[in-house]
Amino acid sequence: MTASPIKMMAQKTPDGMARTIKGLSDRAIAWIFVAPTIFLLLAVNIFPLIWTIRLSFTNFRVNRPNKDVEWVGLRNYERILNDPDIWNTMQATAHFLLWTIVLQVLIGFTLAYLINKKFKGNDLWTTIIVFPMMLSPAVVGNFWTFLYQPQIGLFNYVIAFFTGADPASFSMIGDVHLAPWAIIIADTWMWTPFVMLICLAGLRSIPDSIYEAAECDRASKWRQFWTITVPMALPFLMLAVLFRGIENFKMFDLVVQLTGGGPGNTTTLTSIDLKREAFEKWRTGYSSAYAVILFVTVFGLASIYVKALNKVKER
Amino acid sequence: MTNFINGLLRLRRGPWEMVASVLIALGVIMLMQPVAIGLYSYSFIVTLVGTVMFIIVSHFPE
Repeated sequence: MTASPIKMMAQKTPDGMARTIKGLSDRAIAWIFVAPTIFLLLAVNIFPLIWTIRLSFTNFRVNRPNKDVEWVGLRNYERILNDPDIWNTMQATAHFLLWTIVLQVLIGFTLAYLINKKFKGNDLWTTIIVFPMMLSPAVVGNFWTFLYQPQIGLFNYVIAFFTGADPASFSMIGDVHLAPWAIIIADTWMWTPFVMLICLAGLRSIPDSIYEAAECDRASKWRQFWTITVPMALPFLMLAVLFRGIENFKMFDLVVQLTGGGPGNTTTLTSIDLKREAFEKWRTGYSSAYAVILFVTVFGLASIYVKALNKVKER
Repeated sequence: MTNFINGLLRLRRGPWEMVASVLIALGVIMLMQPVAIGLYSYSFIVTLVGTVMFIIVSHFPE
């Protein structure tokens, strides 16, 4: 009879080591395995967070490390929370966040619903639709900059074809009213496939037997959609909203590549403003306070959202 | 309503989580609204109180 792989490994363990491990409880052995991860987590996540909170109460500037650091109390928070420019940045972020999530959920769910219907070549279509998500945000930003060019950009020509306007008469990234929509369109193009994939997983998890039972009860397709499809796919939809919400709150690369925060400050999102404060103006203490405000906001929102998600899953 | 107040008085998780959630949502709306800068100024403290309360009350009994 051949020994099992686990037995063979146990036999190969050096005697000294085996004796040491034998003396430890299961709990201690578990701690030995988990300790490196906990240490890494503390070093990489928790320590920088605590350090940032500490810096937010000082006037520390990282480009002047030898200068005396002064404890300024809540002054950084006070200045941020009374600054009209940062208030405008928050509004720009809210506009971006709201519309990208609404559009991505609507289009993503519709695409998932259509792809879920069994038709010839739906695997090919899924691959084609998912393609934008695989690109780097920098590439997408560059790509859309060309599409939005008033003289040669395809986007302007498509709009001109449907509206009859002159393609060179408007600039998506140069106009203060259109630029916020330009970043929303580019982000929606890139990340709708992600929402679609999550929704598709939700739709495919619904057993056919439920629809068959509904058919027996003569429920219409419309009723089946609202009483079976939507409630059963809702946890997946909520998960997609959570992921996209958190990601878009931190949106940086795509927007920097596309508009650089302009024209003026119309597309300056909080992460872009934060980066300018931290690494262009070098106000480390001030930007730490800014980062703490954003962190608490995202953390609070994520907490209530996860609670709502768990309640939906329990139903 | 009576159940909700009883839950608050008896330190039950459900109603307290509800209060914390409302505070967080209110704070985020105050942070991003375009109407009054005064609301924006007090948004962070409201969100912070809500978030800390949420962490604490999530350890309360059901």
